Amino acid sequence: MAASTASVPAGTTTSDAVAAPSTTRTPTGAGAGSAPVTDPGGIAPSGAPPTPGRGGSSRRRAGLVSLVVLPAAVFAVFVGIWYWVSDGVLNEQQRFMLPPPHEVVRIGFLDWTNFTSMMSALKLTCEVTFAGLAISMVLGVAVAIAMSQARWIEHSLYPWAVVVQTVPILALTPVLSFFFGFALTSRIIVSFFPIVSNTLFGLQSVDRSMHELFSLHHTNRWTRLWKLQLPAALPSMFNGFRNAAGLSVIGAIVGEFYFKQGDPGLGTNLSVFTSRLEGERLWATTLTASLLGVAVFVFFGWLARRVVGRWYQPDRG
Amino acid sequence: MTPTDTTTGTSTDTSTGAAASTGSDGPADPGTGTRAGTGGDASAGPGPSNGTHPSPGTAPTVGSGGESVGGVEPAGDGAARTAPALRFTGVSKRFRDGTVALVDTDLTVHPGEFVSIVGPSGCGKSTLLRLASGLDAVTDGTMDVASRNVGYVFQDATLLPWRTVRANVGLLAELEHLSRAERARRVAETISLVGLDGFERHLPHELSGGMRMRASLARSLVLDPSIFLFDEPFGALDEMTRERLNDELLRMFVLRRFAALFITHSVAEAVFLSTRVVVMSGRPGRVKADVPVPFGYPRAPELRYSPEFAALCGQVSAHLRSE
Ligand SMILES: Nc1ncnc2c1ncn2[C@@H]1O[C@H](COP(=O)(O)OP(=O)(O)OP(=O)(O)O)[C@@H](O)[C@H]1O
Ligand SMILES: [Mg+2]
Repeated sequence: MAASTASVPAGTTTSDAVAAPSTTRTPTGAGAGSAPVTDPGGIAPSGAPPTPGRGGSSRRRAGLVSLVVLPAAVFAVFVGIWYWVSDGVLNEQQRFMLPPPHEVVRIGFLDWTNFTSMMSALKLTCEVTFAGLAISMVLGVAVAIAMSQARWIEHSLYPWAVVVQTVPILALTPVLSFFFGFALTSRIIVSFFPIVSNTLFGLQSVDRSMHELFSLHHTNRWTRLWKLQLPAALPSMFNGFRNAAGLSVIGAIVGEFYFKQGDPGLGTNLSVFTSRLEGERLWATTLTASLLGVAVFVFFGWLARRVVGRWYQPDRG
Repeated sequence: MTPTDTTTGTSTDTSTGAAASTGSDGPADPGTGTRAGTGGDASAGPGPSNGTHPSPGTAPTVGSGGESVGGVEPAGDGAARTAPALRFTGVSKRFRDGTVALVDTDLTVHPGEFVSIVGPSGCGKSTLLRLASGLDAVTDGTMDVASRNVGYVFQDATLLPWRTVRANVGLLAELEHLSRAERARRVAETISLVGLDGFERHLPHELSGGMRMRASLARSLVLDPSIFLFDEPFGALDEMTRERLNDELLRMFVLRRFAALFITHSVAEAVFLSTRVVVMSGRPGRVKADVPVPFGYPRAPELRYSPEFAALCGQVSAHLRSE
């Protein structure tokens, strides 16, 4: 495709304008394969203005099947196994451990009091998660930028970023909470490292020849950072955000689970329901917590596509 | 041929310094001053080149080595005509790990000259360009550049994937702090020049390899450099695209009259483009032969199929092969 488009003489290039976008269809379509959450048509319109509809709807339908029907089938199997374990494997006394799904839905979600208390717990957990994540994003990106500016900064800080990640947070949380307040600490710690490492990786992944191009024009480091390194780092930065967000949710819940303080969050409730043997509400809360994780993951995937999807094609190396 | 260059080189030694000092305000504000000279050349360029028509028959008359340069160069600015645009004198380059890439290399490129370098892989061709551009410093010898307004075209297009063609083409002008209006004017003009009209809003990944290379060329052309360095810019393209881009590069050369130092692996490409083809020996690199190309500009694409052209290619290849 490269040859045909390029070899058209200057005068005739306009006729080629129609052909060019159609070639970009292929990578876009392929791109959907690597990111299951992506709607195959989702990225295309921005980059390819006059996309002809030919073959589009059947491909879209195929995409719908693989994106909706297949996961739904897996879900059905999952529910089936759940019923089987709940009714077939567990006896009457053990059933509280895994009540059948409809009971979980009825008591956990459809009971108004239970539902509102869960929603307020969800709200609290969300606030804590996102506040921690936001702080962590700002700090993490700042630290990564600092590291990218000088080797000695990188060498002095990076090992500690690793330590922050590997340290058993649960053990440290009470101490740190004493100084910084419980709510945020564990979330910041959990989500810090993926952001730092991914952002740093992105900042350092810029081609040598791109750097040289900037050097040839005596670009100062801030212009270089702003016009070259930061934009280039965006894809991996968002990757870091997404991983960090997932971890923050887990961090928030685990933290609440062990250090119940103040208003109850999802983790606090998990702990309470476990001790009260309230299987239905326990499972409803567990499902809600995982949905929160999924929502956060999907949100950051969507955000990344909004910001860099137009130019960043992971397949293209 | 080489002797001719050397003598001109030494005689203008002082004027090189002068040119360098005036040229130094080029990069600071490429919009003004010194490059007016280049602009004058550009308008005058097509004039004299009409005289040297595509017919390769006129060849032998200008075949007297370095003088052919003067023949192509528009008459007028005497100083610009004799002062070398780029000159390596006894240049050696040893890298920190001990690799010797170049030894005692002499090479002069005059304004209006298009010099191609061919040589075995690893003989230091890229190193030569990096020295010329100031990306690396010489270990021994001296390197003079008449102007600091140097264009550098890399082997890959090195476009910023998040910028549209227009924004990519404007990048260097932006880094050189040209005013917004001036930038917009030059970018629009240059995009037309390289034949990318209608693709201004496309992103690099939506372009073919050849079009990306055009954008990369345009990006450097925007600053109207007086010296152009090319490191195998068309090496990754197929034959047809490469020939088309060669034709267009020559069109720009005739129009803009920069001094060019062009690295390639293709002997035919070197001969087709250049006023001189320099053959380098294997590592450590040094200049082994300096073959003047007697054809005038503009050059018709059919030149590639003429017997004179083939003979010259054969001559260069012979130099390449005799290790
Ligand atoms: N930064 C460096 N440090 C050490 N050695 C280097 C460095 N850059 C280049 N070299 C060596 O110098 C020699 C010349 O390299 P150069 O890139 O100039 O070759 P080249 O002629 O451009 O080759 P090619 O045609 O393959 O591009 C090679 O042996 C290379 O390994
Ligand atoms: Mg090279």
